Amino acid sequence: MKPDRQVGIVGYGAYVPRYRLPAVEVSRVWTGGQGGVPIEEKSVPGLDEDTATIAIEAARNALRRGLVDAQDLRAVWVGSESHPYAVKPTGTIVAEAIGATPAVSAGDWQFACKAGTEALQAAIGLVGSGMADYAMAIGADTAQGRPGDALEYTTAAGGAAYIVGPRERSLAYLEGSYSFVTDTPDFFRRPYRHYPEHGGRFTGEPAYFKHITHSVQALLEELRLEPADFAAAVFHQPNVKFPQRVAQMLGFNKEQIKTGLLAGQVGNTYAAAAMLGLTAVLDVARPGDRILLASFGSGAGSDAFSLVVTEAITERQALAPFTRAYVARRKQIDYGVYVRYRHKLEMH
Amino acid sequence: MNVARYWRTEKTRYGLVGETCRVCGKPIFPPRDLCPHCTEAGQDLRTFGGRGEVYSFAHVTDAPAGYTEYQPYTVALIKLEEGPLLTAQLTDVDQSDVRIGMPVEMVTRKLKEEGENGMVVYGYKFRPVMHE
Amino acid sequence: MREVSIIGIGQTDVGEHWERSLRDLAVDAMIAAIKDSHAERVDALYVGNMLSGELTAQEHLGTLLADWGGLGGTEAYKVEAADASGAAAVRLGYLAVASGVHDFVIACGVEKTTDADAETSNASWTYGTDAEYEGNQGVTVPSMAGLLMRRYMHEFEVTHDRFAPFSVIAHANGVNNPHAMYRSPISAESYARAGMIADPISMFDGAPLCDGAAAVLLCPAELARRFCARPVRIRASAAATDRLAVHSRNDPLFLQAAQLSAQRAYLQAGVAPSDVELFELHDAFSILAALSLEACGFAERGKATALAGEGAFDLHGRTPICTMGGLKARGHPIGASGVYQVVEVTQQLRGEAGANQIEAHLGMTQSLGGTGATAITHILEG
Repeated sequence: MKPDRQVGIVGYGAYVPRYRLPAVEVSRVWTGGQGGVPIEEKSVPGLDEDTATIAIEAARNALRRGLVDAQDLRAVWVGSESHPYAVKPTGTIVAEAIGATPAVSAGDWQFACKAGTEALQAAIGLVGSGMADYAMAIGADTAQGRPGDALEYTTAAGGAAYIVGPRERSLAYLEGSYSFVTDTPDFFRRPYRHYPEHGGRFTGEPAYFKHITHSVQALLEELRLEPADFAAAVFHQPNVKFPQRVAQMLGFNKEQIKTGLLAGQVGNTYAAAAMLGLTAVLDVARPGDRILLASFGSGAGSDAFSLVVTEAITERQALAPFTRAYVARRKQIDYGVYVRYRHKLEMH
Repeated sequence: MNVARYWRTEKTRYGLVGETCRVCGKPIFPPRDLCPHCTEAGQDLRTFGGRGEVYSFAHVTDAPAGYTEYQPYTVALIKLEEGPLLTAQLTDVDQSDVRIGMPVEMVTRKLKEEGENGMVVYGYKFRPVMHE
Repeated sequence: MREVSIIGIGQTDVGEHWERSLRDLAVDAMIAAIKDSHAERVDALYVGNMLSGELTAQEHLGTLLADWGGLGGTEAYKVEAADASGAAAVRLGYLAVASGVHDFVIACGVEKTTDADAETSNASWTYGTDAEYEGNQGVTVPSMAGLLMRRYMHEFEVTHDRFAPFSVIAHANGVNNPHAMYRSPISAESYARAGMIADPISMFDGAPLCDGAAAVLLCPAELARRFCARPVRIRASAAATDRLAVHSRNDPLFLQAAQLSAQRAYLQAGVAPSDVELFELHDAFSILAALSLEACGFAERGKATALAGEGAFDLHGRTPICTMGGLKARGHPIGASGVYQVVEVTQQLRGEAGANQIEAHLGMTQSLGGTGATAITHILEG
């Protein structure tokens, strides 16, 4: 897919909370320390953080790098599976906090881990159609896994925000995008339920791998590109192994996915996961670099994007904290503090 | 529901929106109808940059109703770069690391929830500066 | 303006009154003051109280207490100025008598904090701060004092242990006050070991919230001797305010309202700090004792703890403070404390202070609202 008007990423920003829970803490409590762990550690939001506050900081970082006046944004869209309100948009909170109200569209997107890239596709459409000059798409989450469940090792918190704007003002312009979607119930959460259900190994082949490989292959065909044409590739990262394997299946090498693979250090930040991988790549990208972004959302689908970095990026990268600075800012906590911070204690 | 009184001051809480006095030119935070310096009416809105330093601090271990789930936390007087002093919590910092004079920056965080069914109140807090 | 005298005093024990309600306590103190004075009528009742509505769902307090205190028909109101509510009631009583409008007025301070749980009373006490710009941030009253104390320690290079004398003096004097909540002495060592409640504010820096009521009966000085053998004259009554929020003050470490109200009182009485023979100050926190002393001219800025360490404020020191235990040991029933201070100075000037009796003819009280945003000063002569 390509918009009529050429667009690109004008600004981007990351956020990762300060607290880290080592995966061995989960296995210490639930498996007596037996068995392997899917990541080293995951980020945990502080008691005063939620998807809105995470989105706000990522959005402010995007505005700093974009040198865009918040009043010029025509959309502030937040994709998440952990919106603070069931009814009432996170988007309005973020838009108000960054000073984008009131001449702006704001709302929330929901599509498991690809809610953020779904918003990004829509922002590309909004700017690409000429309806708006700037639109912001955010992926942010404070994901929860049931205590003792396999998901608990990885469910993390983080956010990434992108300002889509005209190509001539971009740090990375869009070559094209593709979305691939089927009704595949690999993971879901019913209303009023605190923790999601997942299909175990069903989340792999028929879900994650099928959807990402289809979206990426279709995009590459459309753009007549090969994996070797890309300086970097970022895939949705529920753990470390899945993105490594899907990269291999598609013909990308380890070097290409290294910079954008953060799951080992921050866990699965859900709607932020692939988008946060991309902020890490953009932080060190050089003009001319071609970057692939491929998300995955349960339910299920994948959005793929091909971006080419412009000359403008060099002087903008340092205008906001680097993704790696957030990753390096860490305070380790134990399972007890984690249980408190994630409201898993029933206070009867 | 207790919403209007939080909604009314949202811009100030979310984005450190204060004022500059049109008469004496001094920065004002929080905003008020009469300038606290010259008592004249007439202010222009301005957004404060969010940088400052810790002027004083105290660690709260016996939080009042509504804040108990967040304790222990640190409240501080913050001296903004532009001059005004304000009261805010520090966040993302170990209590033992807090010092008078420590450079801090504004972040927007959850101040409290009005119970399980009530609204979430967001506002400014400060943390050690991450980015120069 | 007429001269005004105190002809009757009353007070309940300060503490946890599980079996006595807000109205019971207030009526006890009012009746005690009336009996003490032998007055035959009361023209007006001013009730100092901060939190009756919040903690016991009771407002319209003046009328309730006039009714239950057997003063049906009497003009009656509640007056609120946070922790200084009781002192405000005394001042209103003073103004009513001095103006010639009323001859016999009761000023009663009462607070009942134990009918609510600790988190609620803690939260309600905070309502005396700026709700939108201090209260919303999750501050507590102890933490507001903590902000002042930390900055004071920093600016004047004073360590925490130097504040010990204020609590040690209060507890030493509380031992001999039968109405005090705490009647056990503490040492500088136990002060140093006390747990923190709002670091740097420790358990021993802060006065306890509790229940209590105190009352004074005022009348024109020219009538006083008919009702009382040793009337105590109110030589000065003065109130002042500062910016409510600490962050809005020009210098948070200088209690401008305390200074202003003290200066006005000195001027009215025609006295200087050196003439004051005892000072019941607002030691809700040790830092406030220090700041009050400095603002009122009893110590240079930054020097109050040093003077305290030298014994200047001991019971038999240069200017005795907290002679019946102060807020720290007698207890701090919020809106009642300002009246307790006046009752205690009256006891001293009448020679009824028991084992804590000092030789004094001129005493001063100062009650602070919150962290000094309101200050009400009275100078009494026996």
